[in-house]
Amino acid sequence: MSDVSQDNDNERGKLFGGDFDIKRVLLEGRAFFALIAIIVIFSILSPVYFSTSNFLTMSSHVAIFGLLSLGMLLVILTGGIDLSVGSTLGLAGVFAGFLMQGVSFEILGVVFYPPVWVVVILTCGLGALVGAINGVLIAYFKVPAFVATLGLLYVARGVALLMTDGLTFNNLGGSPELGNTGFDWLGFNRLLGIPVGVLILAAVAIVGILLLARTPFGRWVYSTGGNARAAELSGVPVKRVQVLVYVISGICAAIAGLVLSSQLTSAGPTAGTTYELTAIAGVVIGGAALTGGRGNVRGTLLGAFVIGFLSDGLVIIGVSSYWQTVFTGAVIILAVLLNSIQYSGQKKQKASSDGKTTSPQPEGATGRSPASGSTAGKAGTQS
Amino acid sequence: MNEHAASQEEALGKVILSARNIAKSFGNVHALKAVNFDVHYGQVTTLFGENGAGKSTLMKILSGVIQPSSGEIVLEGEPVRFSSTTEAQRHGISIIHQELSLAPNLSVRDNVFMGREIVGKGGVDYAEESRQTRQLMEELDEPIDPLTPVEDLRLGQQQIVEIARALSVNSRILIMDEPTSALSASEVEVLFRVIRDLKSRGVSLVYISHHLEEALTITDHAVVLRDGRMTAYAARAEIDLEWIVRNMVGENFDLGSPPEGYAMGDAVLSIEGVTVPDASVPGRAVVDDMSLSVRAGEIVCIYGLMGAGRTELLESVAGRGGMVAGRVLLHGEDISRLSIAERIEKGLVLVPEDRQRDGLVQTMSVGENLSLASIGAFTKGLLTSRGRERHVVGDSISNVHIKTDGPAASIGSLSGGNQQKVVIGKMMATHPRVVLLDEPSRGIDIGAKAEVFRLLSEGAAQQGLAVVFSTSEVGECLSIAHRIVVMSRGRIAAEFGADATKEEIMAASGEAVVA
Repeated sequence: MSDVSQDNDNERGKLFGGDFDIKRVLLEGRAFFALIAIIVIFSILSPVYFSTSNFLTMSSHVAIFGLLSLGMLLVILTGGIDLSVGSTLGLAGVFAGFLMQGVSFEILGVVFYPPVWVVVILTCGLGALVGAINGVLIAYFKVPAFVATLGLLYVARGVALLMTDGLTFNNLGGSPELGNTGFDWLGFNRLLGIPVGVLILAAVAIVGILLLARTPFGRWVYSTGGNARAAELSGVPVKRVQVLVYVISGICAAIAGLVLSSQLTSAGPTAGTTYELTAIAGVVIGGAALTGGRGNVRGTLLGAFVIGFLSDGLVIIGVSSYWQTVFTGAVIILAVLLNSIQYSGQKKQKASSDGKTTSPQPEGATGRSPASGSTAGKAGTQS
Repeated sequence: MNEHAASQEEALGKVILSARNIAKSFGNVHALKAVNFDVHYGQVTTLFGENGAGKSTLMKILSGVIQPSSGEIVLEGEPVRFSSTTEAQRHGISIIHQELSLAPNLSVRDNVFMGREIVGKGGVDYAEESRQTRQLMEELDEPIDPLTPVEDLRLGQQQIVEIARALSVNSRILIMDEPTSALSASEVEVLFRVIRDLKSRGVSLVYISHHLEEALTITDHAVVLRDGRMTAYAARAEIDLEWIVRNMVGENFDLGSPPEGYAMGDAVLSIEGVTVPDASVPGRAVVDDMSLSVRAGEIVCIYGLMGAGRTELLESVAGRGGMVAGRVLLHGEDISRLSIAERIEKGLVLVPEDRQRDGLVQTMSVGENLSLASIGAFTKGLLTSRGRERHVVGDSISNVHIKTDGPAASIGSLSGGNQQKVVIGKMMATHPRVVLLDEPSRGIDIGAKAEVFRLLSEGAAQQGLAVVFSTSEVGECLSIAHRIVVMSRGRIAAEFGADATKEEIMAASGEAVVA
């Protein structure tokens, strides 16, 4: 008899598909349409908005949030959250600035000036370390992701402040005699007229797309967020996946830190404060579910561009920064609202076709800590 | 088709609620087609039918969750329309869903009065609520303290709290959707006692269950639905199990017999002295020094009541942890220290009991679920090959006969039976040597059940698979299994060949045969 109910489901699927085609396209492509709308509106309001140079400038701002959002996307896909990325960004910038000043080994009586590529590797390593601490706390010590990364948010920021005594490194240029020039190639300079930061974002995005769509790891990420218990029983190394996504998020934050300090030609310990929230907003606007398992790189990039182009547009037309904050918040709420509509639509379809389906409820995502779902799953695997 | 119409008039109990020519369509899908259904005063009417037959739709209409497309509901001679569950409740109709709708963190009292708090001058009148709750629980012969948090109660007790809540709104008609699916035999007995008690107090019940034998012990009337139509109606005295199954499926049904005509191989899986401690009761073991050996091509059925340790045994063998003593040998190699992934690699897989919780990733498509356990098979270097994945998925879909729109369909679009086949297909795609299945027939209809058993039987006969499946339905032991192992309190209570009788098996499990 299973075939009968199956036929019914199919017909129902077609029916919904037929009726809601336009709505569906609008809903699923909402970040894209929102971006188009933002560009059109600001182009009308300001003559300088619609120009290649302005788009490139805005894109180099987007690069920072985009990099954070891409790392955040992986974490959110597993059902976690990473609140520490803003602080990691700041710490990475300060650490890079510190290395650029030269590291003195007092015992040997020498000052070592690492070349920029070494600085990049060490800084990314630091980001990975922060991520690894997050991941191990969450996967192996069962600390809720929200709490663990909140802790690291404070710790990383504190360390950054300690390292500089609250001051900012302004001398990042290096000198040819010391062989450590080229820091400005991490974000400040342009290649073929395109800011290097944007190119880095593009490169990371391509790696992200391949990683999620074409590697076993990508499939593991989606399955861990969709149902960690089922993934584990299917042989997915759930804990390793959890640690790795935080490591990747940490590395992304470190890259963003390098790009930002290169763009600003200075590295301050308070850089990136509250950027973690913008990064989360980008992921959410891009259609990812905070409960995990749904989302993609394309959407997240669009989400980052929506936020970046909106806030820069508001600056250009001279809206006060207080109003900018209000607008950004409204956009985020709208995005989450549309997410709920999209996923609850899917849920209803499911529910009507199979009364016993227990699907993750996206409405709950806003109400409870996103971490709770995954920790419940983890706790369950122990029994 | 409608031969029941006449017999309804001469029903035993007075008809209190009746559905007349109820039809319900979702778009152009007809979930119910002109169904007539009577509820008799002070009696139990059981609704039988496979998944997708329309049982839940009918119950949702009677309880006001959804409205019928046509037809009418007549309550004590008056036509009524329920636009919401609250309205149905006002007319005395309550429904207890399969998944209980209690707040586990709140007390029994707070759950009973949730949403209908008794408000006095100084806020909520907790004393009065407690008094009424205590009285209700006493009436139900389950004197639980009203302040006990619901999460501290056993599932059976929680169900009784739900019943208390329904009674507290003066329900005269109580609809119970699969109330026993998660209960132990003794809890079922308590529930049945409560049901008999409710009957004597004039409450009319509608009962839905997949557990046919059990439902027969409690019901007064049987109604069978198939494909949204009512196919049969009869009073209890006139029917037996075979009658129900025949009307549900439309033909005589056979779950198969043990595959024959081939030589079994050597022991593939050997479990030696496996012990799993009880997480909640220190010093007690849920699996107590279990040993079992399974040969290639052999099908072993593990029968036992809920709590006998079947799930814990299978999960610890599959590598989910919990094992404190003993060894698991696969082809003579000790695999007790390996991870789940490594055991899958070696050819040992588990199809878990709860497919929603442990088997499926609901956010992924049918194809992605099917290939989840065998990603390595279509990975070249760093990247997966889409072509090869399509191949793996296509093979799985045809091998386990999944009825789906295609690999891109969402998991939720499949029926329960097909979802179960996805979980089985996923594990089979890893080319295992030993397959453990924990209650593979849970919550799927008889047609799908027979198909699952046929798959297992073919796997054993043609590929020499060693199959171990657990069940709590005695009828399923006597289908394809060569050997039946009865578990009780974490130990093997008895072992039988395929020629055992139901009575022998049930007696060995310590199950009191429900009178």
